[in-house]
Amino acid sequence: MEVILAILIGVLYAAGIYMMVRRSLVKLLIGLILLGNGANMLIFLLGRITKGSPPVIPEDARVFAEVYADPIPQALILTAIVISFGLQAFAIILLKQVYIVNASDDLDDLNPIEEEI
Amino acid sequence: MKTIILKTASRYLLPLLLLFSVFILLRGHYLPGGGFVGGLVAAISFVLHAFANGLSNTRLLLKYHPRILIPIGLGLSLLSGFVPMLFGEPFMKGLWFPEPLPVIGMVGSALFFDIGVYFVVIGVTLTILFTISETTQLEE
Amino acid sequence: MLLAVLSGFLVAASLLFPGRPLKGKGAVLLTLLPAGLFIYFCSLLPQAAAGERLFFHYPWVPAMGVNFDFWLDGLSMVFCLLITGIGTLIFFYASSYLKGHPYLDRFLGYLSMFMSAMLGLVLSDNVISLFVFWELTSITSFFLIGFNNDSEASRKSSMLALAITGGGGFFLMAGLVLMGTVAGSYSVQEMIAGNALMKNHALYGVICFLVCAGAFTKSAQFPFHFWLPGAMKAPTPVSAYLHSATMVKAGVYLLARLTPVLGNHPYWSLTLMITGGFTMVYAAVHSLFRTDLKSILAYSTISALGMLVFLTGVGTGEAFTAMAVFVLVHALYKASLFLVTGVIDHETGIRDVTRLSGLQKVLLPVAVAGVLAALSGGGIPLTFGFIGKDLIYEATMRAGNAGLLTAAALLTNILLLYAGFVAGIKPFTGRLSEAFQDVHLPPLSMWLPPLLLAVAGVVLGLFPGVLDVPVVGPVVTAMQGTAEGIHLHIWHGFNFTLLLSAVTLVAGVGFYLLRKPTHKAELTIGRLGFISPQRLITGAARGVIRFSDWFTILFQNGYLRVYLQYIVLFLTVLLGIRYLGEGRPEISVSQFSEITVYEGVVSGVILLAILVTILTSSRLTAIASLSVVGYCICLLFVFYSAPDLAMTQFTIDTLTVVLFVLVLFKLPAFTKISTTAVKVRDMVMAVAFGTLITIIALEVLEEPVNKEISRYYAENAYVLAKGKNVVNVILVDFRGLDTMVEITVLTIAAIGVFSLLKLKINPAEKE
Repeated sequence: MEVILAILIGVLYAAGIYMMVRRSLVKLLIGLILLGNGANMLIFLLGRITKGSPPVIPEDARVFAEVYADPIPQALILTAIVISFGLQAFAIILLKQVYIVNASDDLDDLNPIEEEI
Repeated sequence: MKTIILKTASRYLLPLLLLFSVFILLRGHYLPGGGFVGGLVAAISFVLHAFANGLSNTRLLLKYHPRILIPIGLGLSLLSGFVPMLFGEPFMKGLWFPEPLPVIGMVGSALFFDIGVYFVVIGVTLTILFTISETTQLEE
Repeated sequence: MLLAVLSGFLVAASLLFPGRPLKGKGAVLLTLLPAGLFIYFCSLLPQAAAGERLFFHYPWVPAMGVNFDFWLDGLSMVFCLLITGIGTLIFFYASSYLKGHPYLDRFLGYLSMFMSAMLGLVLSDNVISLFVFWELTSITSFFLIGFNNDSEASRKSSMLALAITGGGGFFLMAGLVLMGTVAGSYSVQEMIAGNALMKNHALYGVICFLVCAGAFTKSAQFPFHFWLPGAMKAPTPVSAYLHSATMVKAGVYLLARLTPVLGNHPYWSLTLMITGGFTMVYAAVHSLFRTDLKSILAYSTISALGMLVFLTGVGTGEAFTAMAVFVLVHALYKASLFLVTGVIDHETGIRDVTRLSGLQKVLLPVAVAGVLAALSGGGIPLTFGFIGKDLIYEATMRAGNAGLLTAAALLTNILLLYAGFVAGIKPFTGRLSEAFQDVHLPPLSMWLPPLLLAVAGVVLGLFPGVLDVPVVGPVVTAMQGTAEGIHLHIWHGFNFTLLLSAVTLVAGVGFYLLRKPTHKAELTIGRLGFISPQRLITGAARGVIRFSDWFTILFQNGYLRVYLQYIVLFLTVLLGIRYLGEGRPEISVSQFSEITVYEGVVSGVILLAILVTILTSSRLTAIASLSVVGYCICLLFVFYSAPDLAMTQFTIDTLTVVLFVLVLFKLPAFTKISTTAVKVRDMVMAVAFGTLITIIALEVLEEPVNKEISRYYAENAYVLAKGKNVVNVILVDFRGLDTMVEITVLTIAAIGVFSLLKLKINPAEKE
């Protein structure tokens, strides 16, 4: 399964990058989300995957008796998911305001024609 | 999406989901759950209500604007970090009441910290959603 | 002592608060700061003169040998007295000169910071702290020169001054660090003790070059002199302070301070003598062609600085004596002349010397100050300037190659006398023109300081003996070790030196009577502007700007996707080459877990949803399939024992979709913008990068994993934190501070969203 997950991560990254280099603002945002998902999965996979044993100590015990899934990547990803929600919300609103001002979804329209530096 | 079924259901779903979110929050220390998820579930319950009854009605349910929850939550979390310093312990050291309470389990500074997180998450999510839908409505 | 040095900064910071009273009458009170410091340094004078070691040690970064070590010897004493003494008069003067100016408090703040930086510079024993103060003087003088920041010329000249002195700072820093490395210590005193080591070191030439470059830029030596005339855009008190006693003398101070370390070596002497000598003649000749009072003074200042550098280079005991005296002479008469100019400018609004005449009838005390200062500057007998000039001739005649040096000094002195007379006497003599009839005398605080300075120049000329032991002697001691046979006299008897003085006097005065400054001459010199060093250097600077412009545009052209492409391509190529170079990595599939049906189906759905997201032309479809990707990942989290993650991912995904739909559902469908060729190119790049990530992931999975930290958390979750959900315990307890920051970030996002949406964009700015 790890191989398939690794491939999946690769596809997520490729799709994310591909969408991010498009000229559409919405696609840029979608690409960002895909890339974020890919990164989360990458962290998750590299912490090794374990089936059916969440990192929760059994009710009657004080420590783990058997194997458990690695809690650190999970804590990291949980943080990442929540933060990326804040980022996405901000980006979506930004996109909307840009659209209102510029009436275009094309990133290139944002560049002034010739700017004197 | 203002169907009569959703409208009726949401009236009961809102308190239920809110209760559920508190449940998730409180059990977070022992079982899957916690402040983040709890806050998000609570936010979703309001979103559901807004979908069914319109945003202005949802706003009426809330006495205050949800953004007031953000400073409350941040303050609570920060405070729970400072309390141990009163006892001469370092910042954010976990402190616990000796005896567990029924239902909730052990009560300690970490629990208050988590409740702070819960409030911030609700506040942030609802502020974002409400502001967006407010301005969208204005333009219509 | 630390307090004395830093007091200016403290006062400047405290000025932020009272503000209003200081803009009015309270401004005069600030004069107490330099006055107090002046008294403090005077009280230390006897100790310093007696050769007592006044050393103040304040650790800063002792581990790296960097400390605030202040060392008050004869040399630094002279400069401290000049800085605080003239500073007192300048503060006093400025409070009237800029009376009613809306930013008077700001001006005085800059001025006191500048004064402190200068004090730190001349007192530092540690070359690193010396450098810090050196740069501080550059920065604060930038603010002072550009004080009239609504004038473009003023901004430009302050930028120029900062660029030149800051550029010199680079050289100086390199030089000082090299010196520290060679000597094994950053203390000047220890460098002096080990100066033989320095002079025989292979890097001596380099050090010499770097230090000189730093000092020459600061002291406006040819070819870096041009920032100084530009700096005349500053308010006159600033010019008076910076160019008579402080800023530009910092370079001279540095050279004098390092003479015991680096001096007595042909490289050092020749560099200083040639540069200084050339500068003094060049600038003195240039001053002939100016008609603006401050411009004349600026060029004569450059010339005087050249003279000081030149004398330091000559390197004999007489030369050091002459230098010490000339520093004082020049500070006194030049500050006085600048202040006189300031009064004239303030009262008449004119600085063009060809139009000024007869002002003694209306500005008598100022005229007295101007004339006395000009006499002292010209070296008329019985003034302090006369003694200085005498000593200069004595120094040049006893040095090697005496003929050439004396001739250069003679020419410079004649021209300096001329420039001083034009600036100090010309405006006051002759007929008073109609336009100036109703000019009236400014308040005391404006005519007293120049008069005091000018009178001091005469008094010291009459009784030079008072400076012998307490001031001049210790300076020479600081520079060459002993001060044997140093005595200042009014009268040296009939000898060749006196003849030279007489020649200077006659020639200068004669020249003044015969030649009048005209605009025609100014135009003539202006025509040679195309080969001036200023033009060459600014041209080179413009070239650098153009290159960096081009280079920046190449990488940062404002197209986000191009940035991304550069980054991704760079990474792919770099990592790809490494992998291909090492051969194909081996991946053993055997130890991986098996694929169940659910997993297979979910993975397939994800792949499909990604494809739909990329290829669809409808926004809603794209968003819907994006959420499918999210929910499926959520399922994967369920499979692999991460219930917390699954719950969070699920709720967040729902909220994101809601957000997207709320905002975007009204937007039109994707339009086709890119050509197929561009799409294929991007696709190739993206696939290459994705493949790379896959390979890296598999590679990493081959490596053994270190679970030490996880184990700690898992084992202590209940024992220490009384929680059983380890993920949550990490979030709210073990790493609580991170979570604290995280919710703060969320708050910031909410504030961002809130302000973005409530922000009403002005239709006029929509273009």
